[in-house]
Amino acid sequence: MAEILVNVTGETCPIPLVEVRKAVKKAQSGDTIVITGTNQASKKEIPMAAKALTLKVLSIEESEGIWTIKILK
Amino acid sequence: MTDKTTIIVQSGDMDKLYSALIVSNGSLSMGMDVSLYFTFWGLLRLKKGALEKGPLSKMNFFGLGRLLMTMRMKKNKVASLERLMADFKELGGRIIACEMTMDIMGLKRSDLREELIDEYGAVGTYVQEARNSNITLLI
Repeated sequence: MAEILVNVTGETCPIPLVEVRKAVKKAQSGDTIVITGTNQASKKEIPMAAKALTLKVLSIEESEGIWTIKILK
Repeated sequence: MTDKTTIIVQSGDMDKLYSALIVSNGSLSMGMDVSLYFTFWGLLRLKKGALEKGPLSKMNFFGLGRLLMTMRMKKNKVASLERLMADFKELGGRIIACEMTMDIMGLKRSDLREELIDEYGAVGTYVQEARNSNITLLI
């Protein structure tokens, strides 16, 4: 039940999606992946990717232009 | 069966390689399989040291346009083609090199970055990949 942090602040398409995919591959079932970033398209697309990978999105938050998305593997 | 993207990479232009690798890496990230079939000018970009050497498809202006584009991409933190290629391979993307192009251009396997190439093939290989794909593109 580890927590895996992925920081893609300042990164642009397609790096945030790719880094999330890499983290998901390495994670064990039950791990939480916490992604922080600033790219607005990624905020919308990371949950889309999670759905495509049949993973659960636990939360999506944003403050002062920095968003945090939590995904359960 | 896993959804799949198959792209013929026919162009060796820098911007078109970006299109091909970004679509590929997006597909891999969203859980799809990806095969890239490198042919003609695209295949030349798999020669050693050639991936980043393509011109812009438009407004290249003998390399000046390309230089300006590269500067703007750096400013916006766009990843290099080498980075995109490394991510592509790490996420399990497959590369097929066109043998007919190799014959035409006089390329030997040792002229190419063999560590990136999963298979050497011809049109039949492409058709078998593409017929089971949900997304097929020619770039």
